[in-house]
This record gives sequence, structure tokens and C-alpha cells, in this order.
Amino acid sequence: MSELLTRIRGSRAIWPLLALVAILIVDGFISPNFFNIRIVEGRLFGNIIDIFYRAVPTALVALGMALVIGTKGIDLSVGAIIAIAGAVIAWRIKAGDPHGLILIWSLLVAMICGGWNGFLVAGLGIQPIIATLILMVSGRGVGMLINLLYGGTNPSFESALLQGLSTGSIWLIPTRIVLFAVIFAVLWFVVRKTALGLFVEATGGNAAASQLAGVNARMITFAAYAICGLMAGWAGIILTADIHTSDPVSVGLYIELDAILAVVIGGGSLAGGRIYLGMTVIGALVIQALTTSILISGLPPEYNLIIKALVVLFVLTLQSENARRGIANLFTRSAK
Amino acid sequence: MNSKYLPLAATVAVFLSIFLIGGALYNNFLTTRVFGNILADNSFIIIAAIGATFVILSGGIDLSVGSMIGFVGISMAVLDSLGWNPLATAALLLLFGVLFGAFQGWVIDALDIQPFIVTLAGLFLLRGACFMVSLDSVPIRHDWVDFYTDIKIHLPGKGVLRSSALVMLLSLVIGIYVAHFTRFGTNVYAVGGDRESARLMGVNIRRTTVKIYAFAGFYSALAGVVYAFYTKSGYPLAGSTLELQAIAAVVLGGTLLTGGVGMVAGTLFGGMILGLISTLIIFNGSLNSAWILISSGVLLFAFVVMHRFLVSSFDVKSNG
Repeated sequence: MSELLTRIRGSRAIWPLLALVAILIVDGFISPNFFNIRIVEGRLFGNIIDIFYRAVPTALVALGMALVIGTKGIDLSVGAIIAIAGAVIAWRIKAGDPHGLILIWSLLVAMICGGWNGFLVAGLGIQPIIATLILMVSGRGVGMLINLLYGGTNPSFESALLQGLSTGSIWLIPTRIVLFAVIFAVLWFVVRKTALGLFVEATGGNAAASQLAGVNARMITFAAYAICGLMAGWAGIILTADIHTSDPVSVGLYIELDAILAVVIGGGSLAGGRIYLGMTVIGALVIQALTTSILISGLPPEYNLIIKALVVLFVLTLQSENARRGIANLFTRSAK
Repeated sequence: MNSKYLPLAATVAVFLSIFLIGGALYNNFLTTRVFGNILADNSFIIIAAIGATFVILSGGIDLSVGSMIGFVGISMAVLDSLGWNPLATAALLLLFGVLFGAFQGWVIDALDIQPFIVTLAGLFLLRGACFMVSLDSVPIRHDWVDFYTDIKIHLPGKGVLRSSALVMLLSLVIGIYVAHFTRFGTNVYAVGGDRESARLMGVNIRRTTVKIYAFAGFYSALAGVVYAFYTKSGYPLAGSTLELQAIAAVVLGGTLLTGGVGMVAGTLFGGMILGLISTLIIFNGSLNSAWILISSGVLLFAFVVMHRFLVSSFDVKSNG
């Protein structure tokens, strides 16, 4: 029994899960109907479904970010990549491409953006934070420019395919959640059932040592940024489909920060060397559950950021070795 | 020339050449009036960037800068509408900036959480606090504010150094003094260069970290005060993403994000280069604001690559 307790206390996974459960329980008290799920127009509706539904873009970006952080990097440019992906969608729809092809276009452009980051980091050896800052600063400008050249300011569009991605459903479940599950499964398979995950973690742990051990650290780092760009592109498609407009100035604003938080809440360290895909999704859910519970609790939305900051600090304090040791010392001292 | 000064020299050279290119393209560009305006319009970014320089020199990062500017601005405006004296509110908020920064520094060192995440929480906390103080734009009206905006030093030609520029230059001088002529400054470089060696040499890491972030908090709050006086109003969204511009100014100024290498004076030129770009694009008149973002990015790219080249050829600091 005590062995089990020690194991639970030692596990990093327990804190974010506890946080998520605690938030949901509090929600249950605030709003008695919180856990109700009903079927409207052939689709499941309810607060729980809504949390999953809204968490999808952040979770997608966070999964890519988890890989990048695993290589001891960081990607600040995901919001800018989302803006560019959205601008590409509006541009190609105006140009009259078939809508399936447009998705491929925007994913391709997003992956090239990620590859550019990867080139700066792995090819030129620039620090990740500054390498991705370049695209973060200029990317939204590129999106605005694409809009200006091909559609005017914030062009809007109609597309049945994108509408389906935004509000459609497959077997009662919102389409984007189904697609997310597929993407997650593929990514999990690639990272955990092939050697790629191990190589990424090795590169993040010690790039020089893994290079000597025969891992192509540069190639791995490059691939991580390219995948991160691809995931951001997919999030960009969903966010742009939601608003039927390309709005490079404000789409996905601060999503890079939420995504990094999701990874860190999920137990990933910015020092690199670890990838926790499942926990990263839990981290994204914690962030979305918080936002949703502030909305349903009737607190003014102004409190949203403050409560988010406090919960983040709390979860991180629980994960911090130093704080845990301090608390443990406190208990042993009082036991004497 | 000492290789330590190369990045700074490159920054100054780029600043001068952009200024000269502007002068060749447009009449009335190469004047003290444009120069004075660039100094005044970018004073709050440069002030915040001076504080950020210390954080980055120590190997850390401070993302709470923009939110701090917004919070200080909106608080000054609201306290002004309640009848407080602007000088009293400024002093109070500067104190708040020091304490908030010190708290961030303490959390970073005591709990051993990455500066990026701690100051990110600080960004959220202060921006949330802005919204709680007021959701609307609030004007600042006080005789003292008018007196402050009237202070000017005339330059040769038609240019003027406005009060914001004067405050900025003064804080720059203080920043340079602290960085290069005090024990604290040396400790900042030592911690940024190699934390473990610094600790073994007897630098108190905890105290230094707290001081660095407190210092940066003071400069962000000062930037907020200057911003509020300059715009004569407070707005809860003021200063959004300004932390990135501050970091960009520091990087353009020749400071390496790995810590330990760089000069405070460079940050002035880094900030002015950013200001020059937007001034050039405004002078052009036909270019869209998208170009400001794109050209800042291109310039950042050019600088980073150049630094990378300088670092590898002179081994200023190996990039682990």
C-alpha cells in the first residue's frame, strides 16, 4: 500500500491528471448539468464534449511542440504559421482550387515554415528561441501580405469541406475530435513504436553524444520542427474554418504560449530529452477546462488570465523538485 | 579591436547605413527632427529593453515586460481619475515593478522553474490584472503631465529631445553604469557566462537572480510610466507583444541569448533600428504595415546569422 503511495507520489503523471479531475469536480458543483451530454442534429453536445472540441487546436500545436521541446528546442512561431496557413486557404479558395487540394497546400506551406525553423536551428545552429522568433515576428506580416495580394484585408470564404471540419460530425462525434484521435494515434505510433521518439529524446538529452552514437541529430531536430509546423498548419486549418475568414493579425494569438504550457503541465521539461504525448494532451485539456469553467462559473472573463496563471504556477510548484523537497522537509520536521 | 566590441560596432554600422539610405531616398529624413522623433517614439521600448538586456545577459528571459507596461499604464490612468498625484502613483508602481520582478526572480531560483515559464505566468497575471483594473481606455489629465510633456531640449536643426527621450537616455546611462562599473553588473555577466563557475567563485546566485529580475521589473514599470505620460492615457491592452520587440531590440543590439555576452549600449541602437524601419515605411507611404513586420524579421534574421558567424570565427562564446 505504502509502496503504491510512493509510486503515485513519485509519478509525474499524477499531478496534471489530479488538476484536471479537480477542475471538473468543481465544475460539477458550480453547474449541476455540467456532465449532461445530449444529441442535437446528429452530434453530441455537452460541456465535456465542448472542452474536447475547443482544446483540439491547442492540443495539435502542443503535440508538435512536445517533439520540439523534446529536442531541447522551442517553437515560438506556431501562431504565425497558423496565420500563414489561414491566408493560404483564403488565397487558394479565391484562385478556385478544389478544396481538398487547398488543405494540402496549406499543410505543405506550414511544413515548409516549420522546415525553415528547423534549417535555422539544425542547419545554422541558431538558438531555437531566437530562430523561431524571426518567423514569429514576420509570419503574421507574411499572412497579411498574402491577403493583400490575393484577396484584400481579411478575405472571407465559403467552403462545405471546411465547414464540415469546423462543425461537422462523424458517428455523433465532432469531426475534428475524430481526426485528432487519428493524428494522435499516428504520431504516437511513429514516436513510440519506431526509433524516432528515442532519437529525439537522445538528441534533446545530449546532442553531441547522440551524434557520436550514430544518431543524425541535425536531421532529427530538423524533422521535429517540420512536424511541429505541420501540426500548427492543421490547427490553422481548423481555426480558419471556424471563422470563415483569414485574419492573420489575431488568429491563434498566444497559442504558442498555451501550447508550451500544455507541454510543461504535462511534465515535459524545457531542458529537453523527454516526450510525453498523452500527458501533453491532458495539459491542453487542463488549460481548456479552466477556461470553460471560468465561463460557466459566471465570473467575469477578465479573471480568466489570472486564474490560468495561478493554476499554472500551482501545478509547476507541485512538479518542482525543490518545492517537493521543501514540503517533505516540513513534514519530517513536524513529525519529530 | 577587441572582438567583444564587434557585434556593437556592426549594430551601429547598420543603424547608420539605414539612416543614410533613408536620407538618400527621402528629403527631410536625415534630420535631427526625425532622429529626435525616433528617440521619443521608441523610448518606452528601449527602456524596457535595457532591463531585458540584464535578464538576457544572465541567460534568462522576461516575457512579462509588455503586460507590465499595460498594467502600469492603466493603473496610473485609473488612480489619476481617482485624484492621485501622478508622481505618487509613478513611485508606487515603480515599487510594484521592483517587487513583482523580485518575486519572479525568487520563484525562478527557489523553485528551479525555467524563466520562460515563470515570466509567462507573469505575463498572464499582469494582463489579467489590467482587465480587472479597467476594460476601457482611461485618459490621464493633470497639470504635472502637461509640464512633463513640455520639457524639451532643442537640437541643432529643428529637432527636439522630448522628455521621454531624456528619461530613456538617463536610464541608459544608469544601465551602462550598473552593467560595467558595479559588482552586481559583473555578477550578471558571470552568472550568464557560466552559472556553476560563478557559484563556485562565490557569487550568491539566489540574490543575483532576484536582483536581476527586480531590476528588469523596475525598468518595465518605468517604461509603463513613460508610455502612460507619452500617450496621456491608459489602455488595458497597451504593450501587448511588446516583450518581443524588447527582446528583438536586445538581439539586434548584439547581446547573445545564451547569456554572458553583450553590451547595454547596443540595446539603444537595436531599439532605434526597429524605430528606423517603421519610420522608413511611414515615409514611403505606399507600403502596408505588414512590411514593418516582415522587414523586422528579415533584419533579425540577418543579425542572428551575422552573430552566429562572429561567434564561430572569434569564439566569443561557444554555443553548446
